Amino acid sequence: MNRFLLPLGIFALLAVVLAIGIRHSPDKGLIASPLLGKPAPQFSLPDLADPARQVRSADLRGRWYLFNVWGTWCGECRAEHDMLLKAHRANLLPIIGLDWKDEEGNARSWLTQLGNPYDSVAVDASGREAIDWGVYAAPETFLVNPHGIIVFKHLGALTDETWAREIVPRVTGAPQKGS
Amino acid sequence: MTRAGLARVTGAWAIALGTAHLAWSVDTTQLPDPRLQARYVTLTHELRCMQCQNESLADSPVDLAADLRRQVRDMLLAGKSDDEVRDWMAARYGDFILFRPRYSWRNAWLWGAPATLLLLGALVSWRVVRQRTTLLATDHDVLDEDGRP
Repeated sequence: MNRFLLPLGIFALLAVVLAIGIRHSPDKGLIASPLLGKPAPQFSLPDLADPARQVRSADLRGRWYLFNVWGTWCGECRAEHDMLLKAHRANLLPIIGLDWKDEEGNARSWLTQLGNPYDSVAVDASGREAIDWGVYAAPETFLVNPHGIIVFKHLGALTDETWAREIVPRVTGAPQKGS
Repeated sequence: MTRAGLARVTGAWAIALGTAHLAWSVDTTQLPDPRLQARYVTLTHELRCMQCQNESLADSPVDLAADLRRQVRDMLLAGKSDDEVRDWMAARYGDFILFRPRYSWRNAWLWGAPATLLLLGALVSWRVVRQRTTLLATDHDVLDEDGRP
């Protein structure tokens, strides 16, 4: 009896460790952002609609906002666009775009042709701003609360489900599962 | 072929082969100070390209890797230490960007695993040896061919 106890114990321990590992492993190899729960980066960037003006994070203090990183070179962003327009029509919170390493002319005609879901679009021609947000593949969407804290991040095209389950409940303060 | 001709062809090949690696190198950044350059090379090799996740910043041809290399270069030129560069990157992209993982309470068990396993193995083999010794000592029945108990 005793001689089975030790291997059994080791097996049980290993099973527990592996189970924890599996439970904590992120879906589809995505990487959790270390920025969740941290203050969003401060920014002041040229406005796509009027480069003489600036889009400033300071002006967004005290409000919820969505920060959506996109570019006309990004295929998934095209797929995401209709969802963003829908979110814009819901009129729940301002949507700020970050036009990441893009041709400004292309970006402007994209918005004219497809419709503009953004309250304002900040231009990140050098890509420095995106790095500050830990962006590694467009589109990425961040939800920032009135205290300027990033409370949620979505990788890839925004979906109806993410909008309804993760974003709306947080902004309206409706009860939700988990946090 | 004449001797001089042979030498010329050999020389041309030597130059071609000796410089071939330059054609493949993604990153041609040169920092003014050779010591900075050495640190730059080390850092870009131990930071992960987040887009093509099994390549380092130094080896990756994608745009984002170039932007992150520029960030490393700018921070080194601004007099930041290697650890400051690593911390800056990890604060934005997580520890995942570091090919050389840092010690933390979350991965402490991983660092301790080899010692723990060695200890466990020693414990098991000690028990087995002791058990066999006891068995032999209490066995009066048989002698094997060599006459040992």
